[in-house]
Amino acid sequence: MAGATVLDIAGGRPGADPTSAPPMVAVRNVTKRFRTRARSGEPDVMVALDRVSMDIDEGELVSLLGASGCGKTTLLRILAGLVKHDEGSVVVQGTTVREPRRDLCMVFQNFGLLPWRTVIANVAFPLELDRMGRAEREEVAARYIETVGLKGFERHYPHELSGGMQQRVGIARALTRKPLVLLMDEPFAALDAQTRESLQEDFLRIWKDLRTTVIFVTHSIDEALVMSDRVMIFTPRPGRLRRTIESPFGPDRVDRDVRALPDFARCRQEIRQMLREEPQ
Amino acid sequence: MSKVQQGLPTLEAGRGAGAVAWLKAHPNIVRAASVIVFFGYWEWAARDMSPLFMTYPSAIFRAAWAITANGELPQAFLASLWPFAIGLFISIVGGIALGVLIAQFWFLEYVLDPFLNALYAIPRVALVPLIILWAGLETTGKVTILVSIAIFPVIINTYAGIKDVRGGLLEIGKAYGATESQIFFKIILPASVPYIMAGVRLAVGLAIIGMVVAEFFTAITGLGGLIVNYSNSFATAKLFVPIIVIGLLGVALTEFVMWIERRLSRWRALERERF
Ligand SMILES: Nc1ncnc2c1ncn2[C@@H]1O[C@H](COP(=O)(O)OP(=O)(O)OP(=O)(O)O)[C@@H](O)[C@H]1O
Ligand SMILES: [Mg+2]
Repeated sequence: MAGATVLDIAGGRPGADPTSAPPMVAVRNVTKRFRTRARSGEPDVMVALDRVSMDIDEGELVSLLGASGCGKTTLLRILAGLVKHDEGSVVVQGTTVREPRRDLCMVFQNFGLLPWRTVIANVAFPLELDRMGRAEREEVAARYIETVGLKGFERHYPHELSGGMQQRVGIARALTRKPLVLLMDEPFAALDAQTRESLQEDFLRIWKDLRTTVIFVTHSIDEALVMSDRVMIFTPRPGRLRRTIESPFGPDRVDRDVRALPDFARCRQEIRQMLREEPQ
Repeated sequence: MSKVQQGLPTLEAGRGAGAVAWLKAHPNIVRAASVIVFFGYWEWAARDMSPLFMTYPSAIFRAAWAITANGELPQAFLASLWPFAIGLFISIVGGIALGVLIAQFWFLEYVLDPFLNALYAIPRVALVPLIILWAGLETTGKVTILVSIAIFPVIINTYAGIKDVRGGLLEIGKAYGATESQIFFKIILPASVPYIMAGVRLAVGLAIIGMVVAEFFTAITGLGGLIVNYSNSFATAKLFVPIIVIGLLGVALTEFVMWIERRLSRWRALERERF
């Protein structure tokens, strides 16, 4: 039976070997509840995340995949230190996350640029918060603007750029602090299909060069398969981590169009099946 | 044959429509013509009227020349300018500061807003006698009257601008670990600049009204004082001169503020155009 699937359900993967290095990100039994108002007016509790645990290794690109409302954004915001969880722990490189940290940087779905700042001032924003001198921070910013392919647009304003270019600015800004972990919440969801594919390709190339750990939220099965080393599948109500799947394409998926591979369609079919599974 | 008959009226209609379209495309020519006709008619019609009640453009021009040459107008202008500048400065700086404080600290908002609402509801002109009683007839009184009239749009717009900053913008600051003061100076304040500038533009217009009101009711000085004195002595031609100067001052200042506003709020206009 197990031999019939293309996908390797994670468990025996090298990262889980007790002799190897500790994980970059360790999430243990994280539970998050929101108080909501039920229709009767009585306060009610909804469980957005139910005992979620995961380990993510240094340099890994992991996708959180699941339908709307299964707690992906909530988990990412907990990882970023923006939201407090009720139970469990989140540890990044040995330190518990309690508040936003310099070494955990966010890329937002709606780009999150400051519209009154030029591209270079947006990219240099985190370094400005760190009180780095102007000349120095603009030099760093210019370097990352070049990395994301926007050289020549330093003095433009966000509204003068296309959506794809704006998200490149968002990525460059997140990279300026050389984060340990890059947190991306559906970063390409607001883009049209073609722009999305070119950003996926370019981002994979950047990731391959920089070797940053990336946690990538998406609700597109294709995007999860194209982008990630591992796909973590969530189901809603309550938000639970159902399965973790190793990418069948491995690290050489970068610079290659995995969509054309015969395994791709089968993987996608199997994941779709898993997403449909009724929560027990 | 029938073709020509049909074609003729259309051609004539076309010629008329062409002239209308041309005029519509050149609004400044229409405006200039309207002003010239107005002044021409005024000059011609008012010459035979009693100079006690009516005057005409060339007489106003001669009066302007006379009171400029004898120093009356420049002196009054400078006398107005000083309280005006102080009052406008206090209205802008104080209005922004108060707006920021009540928007940022709920306690101050609750403490101050009954008074602000009450003051805003009372026509400020009604307070002029009280202000004179307390602040006197000289510069302090004038500045107080002016500020009481001009400060409100700055307070209200600053408050609204800060309250309107989108949660998404604040989240950027939080996610990147900005301190409270960095969030205020690097996100909240720049995001509210378009609102604040709109408040400043309104304040300039009101400050001019405040200036004239103050000069009518306190020590009779400045441009407002000229208006009172000339009208009491039935010097109708001279009376028009300070009125015109005040109008020009208003236009020039408002244009200046709008120019700054456009520069500072360019990102917002462009953002709106796009979405
Ligand atoms: N601040 C909040 N207060 C109350 N409920 C919340 C809050 N934030 C999220 N939720 C609820 O928690 C659940 C998970 O939300 P979350 O935004 O994490 O989902 P998601 O997986 O990111 O969905 P999507 O794909 O639509 O972005 C949802 O049912 C949502 O309504
Ligand atoms: Mg989400």
